[in-house]
Amino acid sequence: MLRLEKRRQPSRAFAWATPVLAVVATMIFGGLLFAALGKDPLVAIRTIFWDPLFGQHAFYYRPQLLVKGGPLILIAIGLSLGFRAGIWNIGAEGQYILGAICGAGVGLAFYPMEGWFIFPLMVIAGALGGLVWAMIPGLLKVKFGTNEILVSLMLVYVAEQLLASVSLGLLKNPQGFGFPGSRNLQQYDSAHNAELIAGTGMHWGVAAAFIAVIFAYILLTRHQLGYHIRLTGEAPRAARFAGVSPTRLVLFCLGISGACAGLAGMFEVSGPAGQVTIDFNTGYGFTAIIVAFLGRLHPVGILLAGLLMALTYIGGEIAQSGLGLPAAAIQMFQGMLLFFLLAVDVLTGYRLRLGGATKEGEAA
Amino acid sequence: MDLSAINPVLLIASLMVAATAVMIAAIGELIVERAGVLNLGVEGMMITGAICGFAVAVQTGSPTAGFIAAAAGGAALSMLFAFLTQFALANQVASGLALTLFGLGLSALLGQGYQGIKPPSTPRLDIPVLSDLPWVGRIVFGHDLMVYFGLALVAATWAFLKYARAGLVLRAVGENHDAAHALGYKVVRIRVLAIAFGGAMAGLGGAYISLVRVPQWTEGMTAGIGWIALALVVFASWKPWRVLLGAYLFGGVTVLQLNLQAAGIAIPVEYLSMSPYIITIVVLVIMSADKSRAPASLGRIFHATH
Repeated sequence: MLRLEKRRQPSRAFAWATPVLAVVATMIFGGLLFAALGKDPLVAIRTIFWDPLFGQHAFYYRPQLLVKGGPLILIAIGLSLGFRAGIWNIGAEGQYILGAICGAGVGLAFYPMEGWFIFPLMVIAGALGGLVWAMIPGLLKVKFGTNEILVSLMLVYVAEQLLASVSLGLLKNPQGFGFPGSRNLQQYDSAHNAELIAGTGMHWGVAAAFIAVIFAYILLTRHQLGYHIRLTGEAPRAARFAGVSPTRLVLFCLGISGACAGLAGMFEVSGPAGQVTIDFNTGYGFTAIIVAFLGRLHPVGILLAGLLMALTYIGGEIAQSGLGLPAAAIQMFQGMLLFFLLAVDVLTGYRLRLGGATKEGEAA
Repeated sequence: MDLSAINPVLLIASLMVAATAVMIAAIGELIVERAGVLNLGVEGMMITGAICGFAVAVQTGSPTAGFIAAAAGGAALSMLFAFLTQFALANQVASGLALTLFGLGLSALLGQGYQGIKPPSTPRLDIPVLSDLPWVGRIVFGHDLMVYFGLALVAATWAFLKYARAGLVLRAVGENHDAAHALGYKVVRIRVLAIAFGGAMAGLGGAYISLVRVPQWTEGMTAGIGWIALALVVFASWKPWRVLLGAYLFGGVTVLQLNLQAAGIAIPVEYLSMSPYIITIVVLVIMSADKSRAPASLGRIFHATH
């Protein structure tokens, strides 16, 4: 009989090894999945993980790594702070949409005026949009004790309807021949979030993601607030006795994650996406949850996890067009990753024992 | 706008249909939570049930086979959650989210090639005289069997939790798993069974959407119903009868806003479509004052040391 024995202290080695183990396990089982779909598993795995970086057309795909990774990292960093403290904002998708609507709305309000101040105002509007949307579950939680998981998630569906409404009404391009969707911000210089260095995929959103990583790292390791977040997550009672205010923490964590998601949405709509459309949101807000866990809620880990997840997006698209692999298979592949991560994570806190004999547990 | 086009009899009848999916799924989750487990994967299990049921019903031509397959599919998926939380001792919130994300992907994959097909229709109860009665006939005797199954499920769950010995054990496990373990109850086994039941019910609820309510298959068609089922359990303070009440409230709002859309009311369609979600939030806020009834071990990890 296998049984688990609690470790006195979480294993540091396994804390680093589990994400790698999870990725390897996902590759193996993903390969089996692709084989079941009638594709050569080795070719499929190589197409997803190797070709975007080193393949024949890698020069085209490499910039995409930052374009796709940027929003994922930015959102996941925000979420990770709350997750660490046991505050579950899972409505980042909605906050992302609101950030895009508010950011684009401010930009379009100035159209066709040109000015250096327009883009910064859009950034502020985007962050505020996400922040306000996240404050709804935040305030309801601190005022009435309402479950923030359910409220933040319900608000995703509300935001999606709002997005449909503004793309068909308020923000619709008056010169768009009646098609839904706003003006293209890529053609409006003052509002365009252009590449900072041509051909790299590096835009302001990616810069913001890197800044967020550094900010979160300093917050968690050097700042008292970061210490309070970690304390609340690991020992809620101790945190209360130490005088940590749960109200402030809930509002801070939800606020910062909302603002990050809002920023990501704003940078996306003014850059790679270009316009507000009904199907503008593509699930970054949900994938970012996987990124946050895969990165073990650690800023540097999230940076790496975000890039890896971006790789599966890009590789998935190549596999879709090249091998005819269904898009859903990639989505499942990403879900699988989180499963394996959670499953092997037990090895960090527990030792696997076989019967009564003392034996170090091998990886799953 | 023509409000007189809204027929109150049809409104109540369709309300019962609209409430059934969320009601069945919520009852399943209620049992899971009474056993002290928080499974946030209801949405994923529902959508998986929706496609399993749809696919099997289309292949076999039998809606009954479809519903059985849906329950099996939902239960099978829930076993992943059971493994993660009961054996690998993973965080229940994260595992539930993983289940939902995975289920959405899985269902989209399984559903390839099923878009735009009509499933075999689920027969309605048709009792010669009774079903033709004015008013009552349509509301009480004119539904498909799943509507009655949902109502029976609520009653059975209530009786199970209140009168059955097994129900008492289930509640004990949910209230205090350490004490239940000390008394010799198999905490993990009971919880795994509860999770499987929750998965099966979520699958049935999902299949009800794809086979009866809509009826066709589109990706992501459950559109948050699974999350609303989770909210219903909180709304109901973990009591079966109040799940029924909440489901009818939700069904009523859904049907009413659809009717208002059809009647061409001056409110834009998008705002009407978001109303069920907003009302769910409002109800959650009102109900969250009453916290005392949550099972005490809800969401806590159980690890037997002896």
